[in-house]
Amino acid sequence: MGVSHSSKEAWERESRTDFWWRQMQEGFMNKSDFNWDQIKQLHQRFRLLSGDQPTIRPENFDNVLDLESNPIRSRIVRAFFDNRNLGRGTGGIAEEINFEDFVTIISYFRPLRSRRNKEEAEMYRREKLRFLFNSYDQDGDGIITLQEYRRVVEDLLSANPQVEPAWVRSIANSIARGALKEAARASNQPAEKGQPYQGITFEDFIKTWQGIDLEVKMQVSFLNLEAKALCQ
Amino acid sequence: MAHISTQVCSKGPTGTGLAMLMAFRSWHWLLLVMVLACSEASSYVNESSNSTAQQAPDARFAASSSDPEERISVFELDYDYVQIPYEVTLWILLASLAKIGFHLYHKLPHLMPESCLLIIVGALVGGIIFGTHHKSPPVMDSSIYFLYLLPPIVLESGYFMPTRPFFENIGSILWWAGLGALINAFGIGLSLYFICQIKAFGLGDINLLQNLLFGSLISAVDPVAVLAVFEEARVNEQLYMMIFGEALLNDGISVVLYNILIAFTKMHKFEDIEPVDILAGCARFIIVGCGGVFFGILFGFISAFITRFTQNISAIEPLIVFMFSYLSYLVAETLYLSGILAITACAVTMKKYVEENVSQTSYTTIKYFMKMLSSVSETLIFIFMGVSTVGKNHEWNWAFVCFTLLFCQIWRAISVFTLFYVSNQFRTFPFSIKDQFIIFYSGVRGAGSFSLAFLLPLSLFPRKKLFVTATLVVTYFTVFFQGITIGPLVRYLDVRKTNKKESINEELHIRLMDHLKAGIEDVCGHWSHYQVRDKFKKFDHRYLRKILIRKNLPKSSIVSLYKKLEMKQAIEMVETGVPTCAAFPSQEPPERAQGIKRLSPEDVESMRNILTRNMYQVRQRTLSYNKYNLKAQTSEKQAKEILIRRQNTLRESLRKGRSLPWGKQAGTKNFRYLSFPYGNPQSAGREARAAEFTDDDGIDPGFRPLMYSAHSRAGSLQEKRLTQAMIPMKRLHRGEKALSFSYRSNSSWEEHVGWRGMDAIRPKPLFYAVDEEYESGEQTEEETSASGSRWAPEHRHSREHYKSHSPLLHRK
Repeated sequence: MGVSHSSKEAWERESRTDFWWRQMQEGFMNKSDFNWDQIKQLHQRFRLLSGDQPTIRPENFDNVLDLESNPIRSRIVRAFFDNRNLGRGTGGIAEEINFEDFVTIISYFRPLRSRRNKEEAEMYRREKLRFLFNSYDQDGDGIITLQEYRRVVEDLLSANPQVEPAWVRSIANSIARGALKEAARASNQPAEKGQPYQGITFEDFIKTWQGIDLEVKMQVSFLNLEAKALCQ
Repeated sequence: MAHISTQVCSKGPTGTGLAMLMAFRSWHWLLLVMVLACSEASSYVNESSNSTAQQAPDARFAASSSDPEERISVFELDYDYVQIPYEVTLWILLASLAKIGFHLYHKLPHLMPESCLLIIVGALVGGIIFGTHHKSPPVMDSSIYFLYLLPPIVLESGYFMPTRPFFENIGSILWWAGLGALINAFGIGLSLYFICQIKAFGLGDINLLQNLLFGSLISAVDPVAVLAVFEEARVNEQLYMMIFGEALLNDGISVVLYNILIAFTKMHKFEDIEPVDILAGCARFIIVGCGGVFFGILFGFISAFITRFTQNISAIEPLIVFMFSYLSYLVAETLYLSGILAITACAVTMKKYVEENVSQTSYTTIKYFMKMLSSVSETLIFIFMGVSTVGKNHEWNWAFVCFTLLFCQIWRAISVFTLFYVSNQFRTFPFSIKDQFIIFYSGVRGAGSFSLAFLLPLSLFPRKKLFVTATLVVTYFTVFFQGITIGPLVRYLDVRKTNKKESINEELHIRLMDHLKAGIEDVCGHWSHYQVRDKFKKFDHRYLRKILIRKNLPKSSIVSLYKKLEMKQAIEMVETGVPTCAAFPSQEPPERAQGIKRLSPEDVESMRNILTRNMYQVRQRTLSYNKYNLKAQTSEKQAKEILIRRQNTLRESLRKGRSLPWGKQAGTKNFRYLSFPYGNPQSAGREARAAEFTDDDGIDPGFRPLMYSAHSRAGSLQEKRLTQAMIPMKRLHRGEKALSFSYRSNSSWEEHVGWRGMDAIRPKPLFYAVDEEYESGEQTEEETSASGSRWAPEHRHSREHYKSHSPLLHRK
């Protein structure tokens, strides 16, 4: 734990006086799987990011230096402000998010408790997939079109500085196209004549993830959070 | 010769009662006998002339000068001169022929592991040698094994290690492979020691150290055969990596332990071994391991650095790789560090950089040579094992042999179930009981433990023969019984399978997930496994790559290969003029009938290649490891195939083009060739695309009006590109501008309208590419992403790149 002792105390003192803190405690304990320590740490991190403001704006993410070189940086930041992920309607982007929203987004990445029953695990997987789907489907029409998919591939390929951007563009196109065809094949949408495959729907999207252990891959263990780490 | 080998091997099955290759005629036997007789006769000659063997080379040269009275004989035999290389060659040949024979009958490899057959062949050869009362051949000694036979095997498994899953599971692997080997070694050693205390068995003279040593050598498992079975049965990745990691690290740990215990035994007098010594031994164990890894990494970086400068003499690139790996091994051994770990670490370190530095051919050479060397040494060891089975150097003791076998199984079970019980507490997907049982069952002993037992110094181990016998029994039991039954067992238990579909979507998803996770961890300020890897990647990109990899490198090997081939093809086509338009039957109708187009596996494979090579996080597919064989070179084949296919579409379109109603179509061929020297796959792809399009015009008549529509808009741009790039091909470059532009508008139209109907379009060359949005497409894209434009500013600069981009010409 890199959290220095004094700041922790100060934070706790402050939080005790804060009114919303009690509310939050009640709200969070039921809502998410996080325990109290984790929420405290997340809050610390939140304040660090926001600069002690009650809300975070997209610009605040510029402070995270390590995010700079992430090829899908814009998608990640966007995911935090996406209303669909925040459970507020079907589209659009929030201007700013508060701590509660922040935890909501992070909680998509909580690890699966091993002793869950099957339906719960399925629910949980669906939730995660929905989050992922939203990061592909940027315009929120419920379909990942070729354009959208191609942009994903471009983002991914752009990370390699050794590949020429122009080439990336063309290759991304053919890759995205191939991926879409593959999804079309797996889909059980009725393939009508003259009504070509429009794009990947959520159900098809779930199919494309079938072979991946999402529960393992999409989790961040928050137990070892270091609030101060690597942030300006 | 192939017949002989078949014969050699066919004796295996007949010997074991399988009797499947009885159809061979008798003259095969004759040939076999001739070969064997030849080698034995030569060794007979050798024995008879043993006394003169030392002077033989001298005599050879002296004879001509100092003995003038001796006549020049017409035929002379000087076997001694060539004896050692001759015999080595024969042995290696025998080994390879045995392998060939083994694989000639295609069902055999599925039935039993290769090692079984090799041992049987060895036993037969040994039987012949023994039956004809020859000395058993000078099979192996310590230096041969450790200096020549072992390094290639280890190098190979290190070099072909699937890096990413290995490091993803590194905790479990280290925990299991490291502690498992130790528990097994000490467990077996100690329990055998208690057995030896029982007077009735007559084993009282085997002391504790000797037992421990035996435990350490017998605990070296060699699950190569199991890996082959796993690959075939497609078990899940975790399980596979556990066994692979064990195969990789187990040797190293056992050998280190073995050497330390040998050192202890040399101290011998028990009074001298004090607790301090034991502590020193433990410390040494760690030093030996870490030191070995350190030297390995060091030499790995050095060799990667050196390959940076070999572009003009690429013929020696493989040499650099092999020599530096070997050097790391030798240096580590000189310093009494673990050479095995050194060479493993060296291979893992250098692999990534070397692969990017060396030329494609060198890369292939390295891979094949590595497979060859390791395969030869392993085959040799198995055959020697068979040979040394037959003979008088055995000492049978029921108690010792049986208890060894028993303890091997018991301790393996104990170590598997306890260690995995612990590590399961930290895993999201624990190893099921079935998995654990399979891991327990895969404890196949192999060449390693046999060699170590064989190399025990007789002076220190009066009961060496007993040890060798016990090791042989354990090896035979595990290789034959467990090795043959594990395949059916895996199938019967129905172990969780890996989901190894050929899927582009999954490739993309997994990469996106990696970045997403790293990003979320960054946001949370959380330092974890993923971040460590992410940080290393960054460090790697920022520093290591700059130092270790050539500057003006072709972007990645598949890209460069692709360009090279394309260029070559283009030049050929320009030189020979129009390719002859032989009939290339169109494959459209069946494809159309299918409705939704299928991607061929090759397409998926090559897409995966591109993804793997170019993505930020390199992910090699894991489960393609095969100890003995390399997969066919897909990328090269693939690129060629793409070209051929593209050529076909070109030809076809030409053929059609002539019959098309509008006149200008005939001129297209010139432009096609002209576009090649850009070296830009886009342009090449575009025209393939365009060619396709002309194919489809019968079905989509709507495109024709669009053909000439956008002239003025892009004319200037087109002009610029042509003048920029087309110097060498000027003579062909006449009046094609308008036409060439028509292709662009075609393709952009295709993007907007046509792609929806993609399921109706027949298969295209893989790398066809649509540069749809340089003009109109870009705008619509901007519009659609208007809301998200601040999120994705990186799309905008694409046009600049487009203008300045003409890679092949510039490089020249």
